[in-house]
Amino acid sequence: MNTGRRGFFGRSLAAGGIAALAAQHPKIAAASGGLDGKPLEVPDWTKMLGPGVTAAPYGAPSEFEKDVVRRNVPWLTVSEQASINFTPLQDLDGIITPSGLCFERHHGGVPAIEPDLHRLVIHGMVRQPLIFTMSDLVRFPSVSRIHFLECPANGGMEWKGAQMAGVQFSHGMVHCCEWTGVRLSTLLEEAGVAPAAKWLLAEGADAAAMTRSIPLDKALDDVIVAYSQNGERIRPEQGYPLRLIVPGWEGNVQVKWLRRLKLGERPWQHREETSKYTDLMPDGKARQFTFVQEANSVITAPCPEKPLKAKGFCEIRGIAWSGRGKISRVDVSLDGGANWQTAELQTPVLDKCLTRFRLPSRWQGGPVFLQSRAIDETGYVQPTIEQLRQVRGVNSVYHKNSIHTWRVNQDGSVDNVQVL
Amino acid sequence: MSTMSRFSSLLLAAAGLLAASVAAAQQRGYGIGHKITDAQIAPWNIDIGGEDGKGLPPGKGSVAAGEKLYVQQCASCHGEFGEGNGRWPELMGGQGSLRGEDPRKTIGSFWPWAPTIFDYVRRTMPFTAPQSLDNDETYAVVAYLLHLNDLLPADAVLDAKSLTTLKMPNRDGFIAGDPRPDVKAQPCMKDCKTGPVKVLSDLAKSLGVTPTQKPKD
Repeated sequence: MNTGRRGFFGRSLAAGGIAALAAQHPKIAAASGGLDGKPLEVPDWTKMLGPGVTAAPYGAPSEFEKDVVRRNVPWLTVSEQASINFTPLQDLDGIITPSGLCFERHHGGVPAIEPDLHRLVIHGMVRQPLIFTMSDLVRFPSVSRIHFLECPANGGMEWKGAQMAGVQFSHGMVHCCEWTGVRLSTLLEEAGVAPAAKWLLAEGADAAAMTRSIPLDKALDDVIVAYSQNGERIRPEQGYPLRLIVPGWEGNVQVKWLRRLKLGERPWQHREETSKYTDLMPDGKARQFTFVQEANSVITAPCPEKPLKAKGFCEIRGIAWSGRGKISRVDVSLDGGANWQTAELQTPVLDKCLTRFRLPSRWQGGPVFLQSRAIDETGYVQPTIEQLRQVRGVNSVYHKNSIHTWRVNQDGSVDNVQVL
Repeated sequence: MSTMSRFSSLLLAAAGLLAASVAAAQQRGYGIGHKITDAQIAPWNIDIGGEDGKGLPPGKGSVAAGEKLYVQQCASCHGEFGEGNGRWPELMGGQGSLRGEDPRKTIGSFWPWAPTIFDYVRRTMPFTAPQSLDNDETYAVVAYLLHLNDLLPADAVLDAKSLTTLKMPNRDGFIAGDPRPDVKAQPCMKDCKTGPVKVLSDLAKSLGVTPTQKPKD
């Protein structure tokens, strides 16, 4: 790849994609790919060999997809180590988020943990404190589940009004992966939980040694101590080598780089469950232990990053999810919520999992106010922003799951707006 | 576990001796993992109970000692008086702001439990050198932070007992128990609104606070 003609092309593509390639190569620059009535050109890549099976032992996306990346909002946090970036939802299809595109939220940066030296300790109100190596944990019966994982601050920049001109920033603190690991209940049985224990503290091995208290009922229900993500070992930024997966609950409790679980009688009242991740109400009181991520949805095509380019057929696509179970229905409105049509759901619809919805439509060129509204299997209906504000005001930061509005303008561009 | 024990039993039914040893191992689940003592866990066992101060170590620290440490190790981010340098978090003030338009959630105005301050400072601070303060130093820094919030006098010395009994101003400011769903919307399908769409907010594009679509090189 680094020598001769192929090396030259490699660099050109990295520098600027098609435009750079075309500038250096008149034959391709002149070609219009069969759209000008002239005979088709046979492109270069058809007339020479490509790299072989040893060129990329671990594959990467096409060089032409280099704009499909996580992005951060520099003004949002003062440090990059205690910060967040966003999943590029506008570029994704289906329900699985590629591991390298999953949003990241760190409180003390990403630790470089040697798996052979990593340990999980279970202690506190247990019959027998235990310590596990990674190879111990992999020996236990394993489970794989596909779940969304959402930061409760997703959408939090929009409580007071539409602010972010893109779905990546308005909704990108969510991802959905297949997680494999051992049920937490299996490990707790191994240590023997004391009858009086009601909560557990989960702690990470990062520079924030981040902690959250989790009720034992949930811990014994469906929580996974996960070591794999989308079939391979968890990515460092997602908690390598071990993280807690707490299906449907806010991302902060799904402690990454998990090193310790301590059983106790009451919550620990640590910083991340008092000063942060509590929802301040208009009366000055803050709701605490608001774990569930309520049903939410957003249209990902079109969106500000993916404007409409032509009149005529347009498939409206989006994602919906609920921390209380399965999505049962998604409705789409083209007129700002006056009239609704029910979208098709991609099957299988899974529990506490992103659900892709699609609605065939036609764009006539006029302004359209696009909305989606998710309903989950408990009957919960995604509310409007006004309904949320009436109850919670505008300073609760977390758990904003209101119906989102995109305005498609005459020229096909798309704006983030809020409507009554 | 039942699947595994059934499987094991079938496989080992012929070999009585082996079956007996498997049954013994399964008295403690799968028999995977290793016993560990509290003494071994101690270096990791750093959590403090916020409500009862459980886990607070012996030791003590004065406001005066805390001020010296704070100026050296904390003030560059949090400001000389806890006011926050630039956009780094402020640690004092904000009382009376929680109902207002711009709530300021500081230790003094928001944190409900004093032992939690010790827990957080010890496990995460200073930001670039977490877990570098010893217990006396942590008590001292916490004492100074409480002093900055008018919760300890300048001549105070803080230890486990005084930290546990200190009542924070916003102790009763939290509602435990999730009241959601707190909005019960109806899925109206037709003619749910009348008249033209009323736009409440459409400044997202013109605000110019959204990062560029180009990746960071």
